Amino acid sequence: MEMTRRDMLAFASALAAVGLIGIKPAEASTELLEEAINKFAGGMPESGGVSITAPEIAENGNTVPVEVEAPGATDILILADGNPNPDVATMHFGKLAAEQRGATRIRLAKTQNVVAVAKMQDGTYRMAKREVKVTIGGCGG
Amino acid sequence: MAKVKPRVKVPRKAAPGDVITIKTLISHPMESGQRKDKKTGELIPRKIINRFDAKFEGEDIFSVDIAPAVSANPYFEFSVTVPGPGEFQFSWVDDDGSVYETKKKIKAA
Repeated sequence: MEMTRRDMLAFASALAAVGLIGIKPAEASTELLEEAINKFAGGMPESGGVSITAPEIAENGNTVPVEVEAPGATDILILADGNPNPDVATMHFGKLAAEQRGATRIRLAKTQNVVAVAKMQDGTYRMAKREVKVTIGGCGG
Repeated sequence: MAKVKPRVKVPRKAAPGDVITIKTLISHPMESGQRKDKKTGELIPRKIINRFDAKFEGEDIFSVDIAPAVSANPYFEFSVTVPGPGEFQFSWVDDDGSVYETKKKIKAA
């Protein structure tokens, strides 16, 4: 079969389209994420009152700097919805903590949302979400 | 295995009531339990630091429950109001039960 340049381009773009769809994984982890939030907060908290500082694009998913802050919080739960297991860390703030702020470095398997849920002193919960694009994933592979 | 070595950065001096930032890092592979051995194809068992605690003279400042999604050589940064002179105590708990500890004195006058 002879292929013209036009056929070739059409074929290539079709392949690319299939490829893109193929890469998008089934979002099974949304359930795990909601389960984790429920376990911590006993429901879906309102957003606001929590801030997440993270790069928009992380080149290396093995170590992504993340900082969370929630004035008046006693605990902050950090989750990542695209990892095999959404749990990342739970920070607890004692009396001597000057601010309810903590920074760490985390692993992200792929582009996904980082979620922070804060437990406030008055027993209410607040939440924030931030997307981080990951160029090279950080889970073994 | 590489030796586990905690490193902590605390200012040497501060006035009582000052807010200081403390940075901590411990060298540890944080084996997630998700990786496979390339030769045998078997899962490498999980071995991580699962808890970090920072205290001042026994009083809580900051602590973290850690899941495998925290990077190798776990790093934490947080802030403290210095109550006065004394000693900061830091501890990390490994999955195998070992506890790594380090202390830092601060002069506050």
